[in-house]
Amino acid sequence: MTPLTTTDEGRRLTRIDRRHPAALALLLMLGLILAGTVFAAVAPKTAEASAPAQSADVVEEGRELFVANCATCHGENGLGIKDVGPSLAGVGAASVDFQMETGRMPMAKPGVQAPRVEDVKFSDEQISAIAAYVASLGAGPAIPDEEYTDGSKGDAGKGGEIFRVNCAMCHNSAGAGGALTRGKYAPEVTGVEGKHIYEAMLTGPQSMPVFNDQNLTPEDKRDVIAYIEQQQEAGNPGGNPLGSLGPVPEGLFAWTIGIGLLITAAVWLGKKSA
Amino acid sequence: MSTTARPADALRADDTTRREPASPGLKKVGGVAGWIDDRTGAAKGVGYLMKKVFPDHWSFMLGEIAMYSMIVCMLTGVFLTLWFDPTQGEVVYEGSYVPLQGVEMSRAYASTLDISFDVKGGLLIRQIHHWSALLFIVALSVHMLRVFFTGAFRKPREINWVIGCLLSMLALIEGFAGYSLPDDLLSGTGLRAAQGFMLSAPVIGSYLSYALFGGGFPGEDIIPRLYSLHILLLPGILIALFTAHIVLVAVQKHTQYPGPGRTNDNVVGFPVMPVYAAKAGGFFFIVFGGIALISSLVQINAVWVHGPYMPNATTAGAQPDWYMLFPDGALRLLPGWLEHTTFGFTWAWPVIIGSLLVIPLFYAGMIAYPFIEAWVTGDQREHHLLDRPRNRPVRTGLGVAAFTLWAVLTFASSNDIMAIKFDLSINDITNALRVLTFVGPLIAFWATRRICLSLQRHDRETVLHGRESGMIVRGPDGDFHEVHEPLDPYERWTLVQHEAHEPLQLEADEVDENGVARKGGAKRKLRARLSEFYYGGAVHPVTPAELEAAHHDGHEHEAIESANRADESEVDPVRSVGAERH
Repeated sequence: MTPLTTTDEGRRLTRIDRRHPAALALLLMLGLILAGTVFAAVAPKTAEASAPAQSADVVEEGRELFVANCATCHGENGLGIKDVGPSLAGVGAASVDFQMETGRMPMAKPGVQAPRVEDVKFSDEQISAIAAYVASLGAGPAIPDEEYTDGSKGDAGKGGEIFRVNCAMCHNSAGAGGALTRGKYAPEVTGVEGKHIYEAMLTGPQSMPVFNDQNLTPEDKRDVIAYIEQQQEAGNPGGNPLGSLGPVPEGLFAWTIGIGLLITAAVWLGKKSA
Repeated sequence: MSTTARPADALRADDTTRREPASPGLKKVGGVAGWIDDRTGAAKGVGYLMKKVFPDHWSFMLGEIAMYSMIVCMLTGVFLTLWFDPTQGEVVYEGSYVPLQGVEMSRAYASTLDISFDVKGGLLIRQIHHWSALLFIVALSVHMLRVFFTGAFRKPREINWVIGCLLSMLALIEGFAGYSLPDDLLSGTGLRAAQGFMLSAPVIGSYLSYALFGGGFPGEDIIPRLYSLHILLLPGILIALFTAHIVLVAVQKHTQYPGPGRTNDNVVGFPVMPVYAAKAGGFFFIVFGGIALISSLVQINAVWVHGPYMPNATTAGAQPDWYMLFPDGALRLLPGWLEHTTFGFTWAWPVIIGSLLVIPLFYAGMIAYPFIEAWVTGDQREHHLLDRPRNRPVRTGLGVAAFTLWAVLTFASSNDIMAIKFDLSINDITNALRVLTFVGPLIAFWATRRICLSLQRHDRETVLHGRESGMIVRGPDGDFHEVHEPLDPYERWTLVQHEAHEPLQLEADEVDENGVARKGGAKRKLRARLSEFYYGGAVHPVTPAELEAAHHDGHEHEAIESANRADESEVDPVRSVGAERH
């Protein structure tokens, strides 16, 4: 016998009136519970690290660091200052981790966009303290589990397809970056840690859209990281990639060094008169 | 029997032996050449070509660079056809490029990856093919600039100028077809854009697109069709036009720069055999070597990075190859508000102008120019001596203005690249270039014309008063002056040989001898005005009389120099240089 779905069962029950009137409601209830349980089991999981309960000390340390370094723009309570800095309630620890570990925050100077800075001024402990404090302001995405930020566990081929459909139109197919409106830009994604790529997708910093776990599952995000990493590993077999920016630098090269080389040869040959 | 045992058809003792008929005007050619000549009569034509004299100047080799790049492109192209599969059937990639393994893609893209990673030497040949294609069009463009600015397009070479323009335009189309073949994300985006351009054509747009793509976009027909164009039809036309171009150069003889001994009726230089055959043959290998060197060091069109084309994906920094940047730049600059709708039909003017009109208008202007200039200046004579660009201030100015417009549009197409590389706002760049589209060519024309006139005046100054030596001499009365060194007559000739240009005097003919207004008055007025524009206020070359006067106008410093000039004044500057031949 084929298993009956809850709705089939419900309909049959309405036809047979020998059962207790409450049976329908009970079965519906059971069905809903079943559906909920199945969904919970099957639904995409978020890749949040089992956030170790941050001690009040760490949050307090983070608050002090926050007040000293971030409050000028984001406000004393992290709720933002109009036209200066946005509220951080609900941005989550992942956002703080991304912005501060890539050196974007604190911003050195006001501008359309916070640039990536190699020289990070804060230690990992300080950053995680601030992250703990900001996470305490409101629920938000937590720092991802290492399981999902390790590109070597992902499928690069699948990640490449996701990358081309979702990322390449701003970040360029080689991940070399691209321009947005009014001085904003999509930065290059090469040489970025897997964790930061993941956090960027999860939190959508600056102009970037959010790719939440319903949109791109943690496995999908890991595939994207795998693609970016493997593309870099494959390197540039053809020689100098000229910034991986496509036909414009190639044309510039042809018009300067390329034709320059050949004209130099022509001048040299032209001087070789009999 | 008779003692003279001679067959009836044998020679008698006093018969002369029959002479071999020789090709007229040629000495007997031996060996293989003779064998061929005996059967084809080729020696006459070959001899004509071998004795052709070519003047020596590096700028005459720009066309050669273009020719050799084209040959390199064709040689490598043949290699690529052996592995390229121009079909759009889907396959799963199993080649050696790891990040794309297991990805579905068209056969065209997969075979391009195979050429790049699994065919021995394939990547190098692909890069040589692409670099030589870029350099072919760079070289032919620089060659066209040389021809334009030196006036080499004038009678009798207008036809060859037109052929050259057509060659250049076909090269753009040939290049675009090749760029579209690998079916990677970049080329597919280019094809998608091209399809949009077709759709913007009023009335016929959608039919055109459906016909070319064999249905909706992308379909499975476009790559095989472009392949036929790219490897058969367009190269065929290119070679035919190129052959006509070269034959005309040989028939019309090469132009030469003005100089002592070079006249409108001679060509001063070396014959093809042996000098130019050796030089040009060697130069082919230099060009091939140069391109191979670039191709082995610098990566071009990394198709594996872009990934296979999917209509729902694209990449930032999507540009065509450089020669197609200018229409793309026009598209980026044209404001959207130009589009309007009449009776439910959309007139996508920003797209129509940028994509369908810019290229034909550019080439129409170039093709028409020699005829316009001849009409305006009324100059119907043959010209074999080139102009120095400064001696044609308006033509040079117009050329630089057109080049400026082209450059503005080309840069406009890279507005996103400039924005990220120079930390600028793409909106500001676009607005600035919109202004420059109109202002840039005007400034370029004005500045170039002024610079040309200044250089001409400087030439006059140099001829009349010699070259500044930097030596300051104190005179007997305590005054100071700089010693000017006189020019030697050979140098002077180059500065004074050109013609003085005057505007056409057309207003005087407004009425005929009976006082009746002539027909075509408006046209004549336009011509008079253009002629004034070309030659009004022209700086004329120094005449012998002026030179004489300058030498005897009693400047103090010239009196000092008179000792040097004694021997020189006996030499007629015009006559003496005629004797100088290389």
